[in-house]
Amino acid sequence: MTRGQTKQEARMATVATRSWTDVKTDQQKKTSVPEGLWLRCPGCSAMIYKRQMEANLHVCPECGHHYRISATTRVEQLADDNTFVRMFDNLRAVDPLKFRDLKSYPERIKAEQVKTGQHEGCVAGEAFVKGRPAMLACLDLTFMMGSMGSVVGETLTRAIEHATEHKLPLIIVSCSGGARMQEAGLSLMQMAKTSSALARFDDAGGLFISVLTDPTTGGVTASFAMLGDVIIAEPKALIGFAGPRVIRQTIRQELPEGFQRSEFLRESGMVDRVVSRHDLRDEIARIIDYTS
Amino acid sequence: MFYQLDFEQPIREIDERIADAERREGSRDVEVPALGGVVSPQPEREGDVGELRAERDRVLRSLYRKLSPWDTVRVARHPNRPQSRDYIARMARDFVELHGDRRYGDDPAIVTGFGRLGPHKCLIVGHQKGRDTQEKIGCHFGCAHPEGYRKALAKMQLAEKYGLPIVTLVDTPGAYPGLGAEQRGQAEAIAVNLREMSRMKTPIVSVVIGEGGSGGALGIAVADRVAMLEHSWYSVISPEGCAAILWKQANEQTNAASAEALRLTARDNLKLGIIDAVVSEPVGAAHRDHDQAAELLLSWVVDQLDELVGVDRDELIQRRHERFRALGSFEELQPKPAEAG
Repeated sequence: MTRGQTKQEARMATVATRSWTDVKTDQQKKTSVPEGLWLRCPGCSAMIYKRQMEANLHVCPECGHHYRISATTRVEQLADDNTFVRMFDNLRAVDPLKFRDLKSYPERIKAEQVKTGQHEGCVAGEAFVKGRPAMLACLDLTFMMGSMGSVVGETLTRAIEHATEHKLPLIIVSCSGGARMQEAGLSLMQMAKTSSALARFDDAGGLFISVLTDPTTGGVTASFAMLGDVIIAEPKALIGFAGPRVIRQTIRQELPEGFQRSEFLRESGMVDRVVSRHDLRDEIARIIDYTS
Repeated sequence: MFYQLDFEQPIREIDERIADAERREGSRDVEVPALGGVVSPQPEREGDVGELRAERDRVLRSLYRKLSPWDTVRVARHPNRPQSRDYIARMARDFVELHGDRRYGDDPAIVTGFGRLGPHKCLIVGHQKGRDTQEKIGCHFGCAHPEGYRKALAKMQLAEKYGLPIVTLVDTPGAYPGLGAEQRGQAEAIAVNLREMSRMKTPIVSVVIGEGGSGGALGIAVADRVAMLEHSWYSVISPEGCAAILWKQANEQTNAASAEALRLTARDNLKLGIIDAVVSEPVGAAHRDHDQAAELLLSWVVDQLDELVGVDRDELIQRRHERFRALGSFEELQPKPAEAG
């Protein structure tokens, strides 16, 4: 089962790529519909048995399409069983700007908390990955598009500081729409805050493995996500600074096939490796071994 | 052209009256100052014109004191607003421009070079939007490419090597969103600047002189002291971008609403602790008087440099780190005992 994706390599070339506007934030809901349901894979359009897909690390057994997963699922997949110790989960968003668009910010936060069962968009803690101790932080796309506000920025910064202090390798799994608009300038400052913490981590000789997953864009890409000593991307993940729609509007021409996808970034020299979810633990462990 | 801002309509009327009055006096051989010239009252000219001028100043002051956030954005984008090169020409002596990132090219959207500001030998870095059409297109309207950010970093590292303080002038709607920019690593270029500026062993002073649009602005604004000119804006996204996403459409009304919501004015940023100071502009904003705007800016910058150049380098970096480390607003519940999960 776990190697089910390999036979479909050829078909992957013709897989329709999704556009940025397809971004859904209710993955969690989708994956928790009653058992025994079949899904149409957005990658290959095949009808797939949902439990089979989930057992396959949320990867389509037909075409290898990597489904988006929540931070908690990610932690379960990456960390050795029962080794993850969650930290810094006592931070809560406030509304410093009294931000109000069509809804108020506290209303939106509340709705996201009910929807996801999470308090915020980042899960961090100590864990073992194939027996190697590490600091692991995962953004949660299901929570306000994984956007980085003060809580996400602070959680990441504390995770980086903890890794610095305890000389742990740092693994951050990113997936995000970027900085959180509802905290405006303060969100922007989280970019500087996390990057500054990473400078100290780097000065202390720490290893930072940045894992980019679908989608990683905006202020998250333009700060900690692209600062990995080693940068790994999941296959076909959308990774960029500006969203494809903005770019299309700016340059007024169609974007080439595969633009801003992991493989494009590897070709452009921006990521070290494109690694299937099935191999992620192995690869992370191997890299840790080389640098310790 | 000069009167493009609708809220400045009352000024236009007074200006017409001033012009009339001057024409009447003009027969007695007085020079007519150019519109938008120095507006300080001239005591030697009594009577009508002097009074009208004073009136004009009063009106300008009161108009600009209560600008809405959206009007502030429009002032920050005024076509006559001084840009980095205008400030450099007025503030710096012996400016030596330095080009190119040594990797890909030279991005005209970011100007870098050595210059003397008061008693300080500095490196100056600034976004340039462009004045005439050709320059604007060349500069992509102030939207820098990765090579611009890499050029800025390379020159800043050069400054660091010689212990020169760095002064950056921020004026960009945002980093350029395009094919080449993405391909050459726009995000990586900005991210590296954030990290490297945070540990640069030389004083850095940043001022948002017009638009401070998101990561493209922050990419040269991780500094020991950050200020904004009185009528500039600085936020995570432009009001139009925010309106398009959260209000589902960008029009005059939603732009104004999102400008308000984003707390992007100098005063709001000061309150949030994102900036350390607001630098005054001439009466009626910087576009009316480039010389005075530059004078006010220079004096603030030199004051900061005076304070910063003597600070021990490690101390400086420590303080810079703490400055950004402290930013953010959240609630911290009593920590629960850690549980395996």
